[in-house]
Amino acid sequence: MTDTMSTPTTPLQDTKFGKKSAGPVGWLDERVGLAGLVRKNIRKVFPDHWSFLLGEIALWSFVVLLLTGTFLTFWFQPSMTEIVYDGPYEPMRGLEMSQAYASTLDISFDIRGGLLVRQIHHWSAALFMAAIIAHMLRVFFTGAYRKPRELNWIIGIGLFAIGLIEGFAGYSLPDDLLSGTGLRFVDGLIRSIPVVGSYLEFFVFAGEFPGDLIIPRLYMAHIFLLPGLLLGLIAAHMVLLVYHKHTQWPGPGRTEKNVVGFPMLPVYAAKAGGFFFVVFGFTTLMAAVIQINPIWAYGPYNPSEVTAGSQPDWYMGWVEGAVRIMPNWEFTVGPEQYSQTFSLNVFIPAVLLMGLLFTVLAIWPFFESWVTGDKEEHHLLQRPRNAPTRTAFGVAGMTFYGVCWIAGGNDIIALKFNLDIFTITWICRIGVFLGPVIAFIITRRICISLQRKDNDALLHGYETGIIVRSAEGSYAEAHAPLPRDVAYALTARPRVPELTAAVDEDGNGVRNPQGRKARLRAWAKRFFFAHDVDKPTQADVDAAAHHFHDEVYPPHDLPDDFSGVSETGVPKQH
Amino acid sequence: MRFLSTHRRHPLAGYAVLLFGLLVAGALYASLAPGKADADTASDTAKVEQGRELFLVGCASCHGMNAEGVMTKSGGNFGPSLIGVGAASVDFQVSTGRMPLAQTAPQAPRKDPVYDEEETDALAAYVASLAPGPAVPDEEYTDVSDLSEEELTRGGEFFRTNCTACHNSVGAGGALPSGRYAPSLRGVSAKHIYEAMQTGPQQMPVFSDDVVTPEDKRAIIGYIKSVESQPQGGFGGGGLGPVVDGMFAWIIGIGGLVAVSVWLAAHGARVKKKRS
Repeated sequence: MTDTMSTPTTPLQDTKFGKKSAGPVGWLDERVGLAGLVRKNIRKVFPDHWSFLLGEIALWSFVVLLLTGTFLTFWFQPSMTEIVYDGPYEPMRGLEMSQAYASTLDISFDIRGGLLVRQIHHWSAALFMAAIIAHMLRVFFTGAYRKPRELNWIIGIGLFAIGLIEGFAGYSLPDDLLSGTGLRFVDGLIRSIPVVGSYLEFFVFAGEFPGDLIIPRLYMAHIFLLPGLLLGLIAAHMVLLVYHKHTQWPGPGRTEKNVVGFPMLPVYAAKAGGFFFVVFGFTTLMAAVIQINPIWAYGPYNPSEVTAGSQPDWYMGWVEGAVRIMPNWEFTVGPEQYSQTFSLNVFIPAVLLMGLLFTVLAIWPFFESWVTGDKEEHHLLQRPRNAPTRTAFGVAGMTFYGVCWIAGGNDIIALKFNLDIFTITWICRIGVFLGPVIAFIITRRICISLQRKDNDALLHGYETGIIVRSAEGSYAEAHAPLPRDVAYALTARPRVPELTAAVDEDGNGVRNPQGRKARLRAWAKRFFFAHDVDKPTQADVDAAAHHFHDEVYPPHDLPDDFSGVSETGVPKQH
Repeated sequence: MRFLSTHRRHPLAGYAVLLFGLLVAGALYASLAPGKADADTASDTAKVEQGRELFLVGCASCHGMNAEGVMTKSGGNFGPSLIGVGAASVDFQVSTGRMPLAQTAPQAPRKDPVYDEEETDALAAYVASLAPGPAVPDEEYTDVSDLSEEELTRGGEFFRTNCTACHNSVGAGGALPSGRYAPSLRGVSAKHIYEAMQTGPQQMPVFSDDVVTPEDKRAIIGYIKSVESQPQGGFGGGGLGPVVDGMFAWIIGIGGLVAVSVWLAAHGARVKKKRS
């Protein structure tokens, strides 16, 4: 692979800065010997597209989390020892509460800037998870997880899963009524695991819920174990990103064998570094003007209390929703003193479903490669429309997730929109099965239509917005051929593979030992590709060019970068 | 009179006469229509009688001519009996506008009251005269201005134990089955909160004086009122909790940062394409 750069620059050693820093850098290189590595990577090329920054939002949110989290550890006391509150918040004075809750109240009301930092921490946690999912969807819908990036995809799924647990642990630490209710939920989730559930509960909580050890244990996980894992996985994610080089959108000069973009130094480092400050500043702004998790409004945790509108943070909302719409399936087997309760009402929607989500996500790249038979390396991204079946599966998954999400907030929706909570639950119960199917069909049809539209533009040109009157007096809109670079980008995708039936017997009548498997695979491949619209052939394009030459009346020569007009009549620039 | 005779065929004359007629009719009605009984001078019996008259006009169609309730043909409850519900119940239902009901619905919503204070008193006096029931609370139980710190803390504990499960921890309200709901407590007067606890309107259970003493009721009301002035870490999103936070994280957070990303990818250190 060759890195191609488009910026002519002065060599670093010839600049003022380079001459000045030659001494100290030389000293450092003689001792740690990083020059080779740095020289190799300092001009590393990264392509530029807004969607490539989604992962960066997650990365920088993580840095913000580390910074603000460190601040919070200075004052937070991870202890469930009961004390009588005597702090500045009047309506709680004289109330028994855990030290964890009291110290969180202190951070909010007594420590200078404490509430702001707490809110930055919580908002950036919400943003971290949201950015991870947005980034994951970008990678999925553009096929960026294909060979050689399958392992990095799995690392990303690991980051998603650990981020989920990390966020939940943080949500539970302040020991307010909401976090205690969330812990109770997880307690039920652990207990629902057949046979070993109650033993696991005693193991996790050191006895019956809530016990007095869960906060210190979660604290250790939240500030040491899980961030350590996240940090390690993020490092691996980045190293693999540098090793594989970034994917890029197809376009002139961009192939499967190069990377077109900007060099690490000075351009990309400046952009990425600047983006960190944008993310930090934006999160701080949100934390300064929008309240999140007002723990003083909930009060200290007390297992006999609960508040309406108890929900987990948004990234656990879909599990909450799945539990809310699950029918109450529960049964007990065995003689009385050895009986086992199987809480399928919790086990299926919470434990199994979460496991299912991460499993499906992790094996998807391998599954897709098995179906398509595609073992090639890919560095060019696919537009979602050019993989209609994959895109349709993705949107179906999003629909499933979204319906669960809605179900998780069914009480808030019922309250704010004056609806019946049972009706919402039933709509979600049906929608969780029907919605993904409908979404799949609609999405695939939209993708296919968009493929046809691209082909139409390639063969018949784009609408120039110029109305031409012919000699006979009829009016028609002049079409003009697409600019070459646009046409190239549209056609820079592989052809739809030939679909062949599975071979059951060879010429000598010997049965294919892999007959059933091969048939299944052939069926899956047909399902995946059969509806795709292939790009036009060279003959099609030549015929179309001929057609243009004969029939189109461009009133005047259009500039190279003219690519039609918008609905408001403004020429679009490319 | 010369003015009238010269202007009687003026195009506006007809309208002027009509306006004059309306004014006279209105003035006559205002002066001759049956006036409201003066609360200060009316005796209790007169008040009860006034209440009965109002009841017959505005309430009896559902609650029955003698407030005995009306059954539907299938044996359901068209309008419940009001015998023994007490003045507190009438005061709560009527002065929060829940009664008279505008239409059948899963639950009577709070709206602008139809009857004024004096008419509400009369209705309450009439219903109270039918059978004994909880009275409208004295001001000593609804004045929460002089609550001590301990009472406020205790009120908070009572509130979290008994109320937040339906009304939410800041009293923002919550959903109940079949389209019913626990309404928001914001802007509800101390008297109405007290009456609601005492009489258990609609879906709400009764918290009688044996269960929650009048002093504890007062402490709860004091805590609810203190919530309205509790500190805010910025715009609160209605106190509805993590669902709203998640919405903000996606729409404002990711939406805003994606907007910045689009800008950043489109601008910055891009090499200018120079056309030759």
